[in-house]
Amino acid sequence: MKRTFVIGIGNRQRGDDAAGPDVVSRLCGTLPAQVEVVEHGGEMASLLALFEQAAAVYLVDACVSGAPPGTLRRFDVAAAPLPSEMTTVSTHGLGLSEAIEMARTLGQLPARSVVYVIEGQSFEPGASLAPTVAKAVINASRQLRLEILDLDKEKVTDA
Amino acid sequence: MTRKTIKVSYLARVEGEGAFSVVVRNGKVTSAELSIFEPPRFFESLLRGRAFSEAPDITARICGICPVAYQMSTVQAMENALGITVTGPLRNLRRLLYCGEWIESHALHIYLLHAPDFLGYAGAIDMARDHGDAVRRGLALKKAGNDIMALLGGREIHPINVRVGGFYRVPHRRELATLAETLKRARELADETLRWVAGFDFPERERDYTFVALTHSEDYPLSEGRIASSRGLDIGVDQYEDYFLETHVARSTALQSRLSDGASYLVGPLARYALNFDRLPPSVRQAAHEAGLGPVCRNPYQSILVRAVEVLFACEEALRIIEAYEAPEQAAIEITPCAGIGHGATEAPRGLLYHRYRLEPDGTIIDAKIVPPTSQNQACIEEDLANFVESFLDLPDEALRHRCEQTVRNYDPCISCATHFLRLDMDRGSP
Repeated sequence: MKRTFVIGIGNRQRGDDAAGPDVVSRLCGTLPAQVEVVEHGGEMASLLALFEQAAAVYLVDACVSGAPPGTLRRFDVAAAPLPSEMTTVSTHGLGLSEAIEMARTLGQLPARSVVYVIEGQSFEPGASLAPTVAKAVINASRQLRLEILDLDKEKVTDA
Repeated sequence: MTRKTIKVSYLARVEGEGAFSVVVRNGKVTSAELSIFEPPRFFESLLRGRAFSEAPDITARICGICPVAYQMSTVQAMENALGITVTGPLRNLRRLLYCGEWIESHALHIYLLHAPDFLGYAGAIDMARDHGDAVRRGLALKKAGNDIMALLGGREIHPINVRVGGFYRVPHRRELATLAETLKRARELADETLRWVAGFDFPERERDYTFVALTHSEDYPLSEGRIASSRGLDIGVDQYEDYFLETHVARSTALQSRLSDGASYLVGPLARYALNFDRLPPSVRQAAHEAGLGPVCRNPYQSILVRAVEVLFACEEALRIIEAYEAPEQAAIEITPCAGIGHGATEAPRGLLYHRYRLEPDGTIIDAKIVPPTSQNQACIEEDLANFVESFLDLPDEALRHRCEQTVRNYDPCISCATHFLRLDMDRGSP
């Protein structure tokens, strides 16, 4: 049976890059049992392996796009690629946007694929979340939970 | 005077940040420089004052592609300093973990980074539009390597289960058996990979490299051996610094390593293969032969073929280890800290990786030296550019620039390790 994943991408040791993992931590235990919550480093091949098994993926990642820190945006990537300025912070050259486009090219992108991005401010090793980013983490968790529960999709604004 | 400059400011499909510049005057290359501008990360300094036992988890952070290599050279050097030797199933489990890294790292480079050069695509996603089955094969192969890493290392990247003296936890035989089916399939995929890359067109260029790699009396080298060269060098790992020197060049934040007489040398798949061909299982030698390879390959553009041979070897070796595995009684040898100097060298996917540590009596690290493979290959990469570019000057600018990038990517350079990404300047004079 095809699965549903909520995937928080990032590195907890790199300041605001912890936004994705922090969102999935907050969602743990609050979602229907069949929804699987995954913390992920963002490596392309292993993301693709998750996409292949999924009917729906919800991805959360930090980004640096020039928007004010803590800006939360939602993208329906099943409909269109991530905008080019959504450069995700990855330790490798092949990250989230490449994984999404590779999955689309190979016909492996789940029919429901949604990305929440949170604009980061500082990615200093060992730093904690910036206050504005921490607030966005709470908002993202709430919106994502509502979207998954399909309770209040209207409140989630598409970017 | 005609003058041409080829500039690549940000070379894609390499790990890390760097650039290169080639200057041509009247049809002759006058300079070829690889510059690495990734900020240095001072890992050797931050190891000072830490406990010997912390080192494998710190050095694993040097690279997300080859963390196992860093852990393996670290534990070998520490164990050398502390006077212990890891043998039997623990040694084999380390070798199995290393096979996982070779499979995932080589599959990444073959399919996603290097193959687009041979098939004329800007990148793997473009290539996947026309070669979807091949890319799926590459991803499945990489995933098999990741599966080994996750089972033995605790997770796919930056494993957390390796310690000085062994592991924190060793798997039960039945756990490893679950990998066997994946690896049997991976071996078939590796066979298909070798046949696929054997069909590529390779520029016919060779150089008389000084190959440097580990050699071992019985095994194709991964986690241990003596250091040997194609020019007769045969030394213990503890003699490394007597024969190889690191120097600083202004254009690079990574040190460049050369032989003590100043000559360049090559580490990595071509060197390992040339110095250890007879240590490959007969089935792998046969597959290499069928792919058109002799026992020595001096054409750097064919490094993709040798990587494919090594993936096949790694699948076979992993299956052999899993079949013979009996879980050891203890996950690690007990260690009593003592003062000492230890040396370690293992074969990262990109080549020889040397570590040396000096310890206080309580096992605190006094100093550390780490020489990654890309530091050692920098001089060779520059010489390849200088030697080969002249013969490609009839190519139009865009094709010439691309050929230069391909020449650098032959080495699967991991600039992150050596200090991360590449920039090309090609100056061939005015037309």
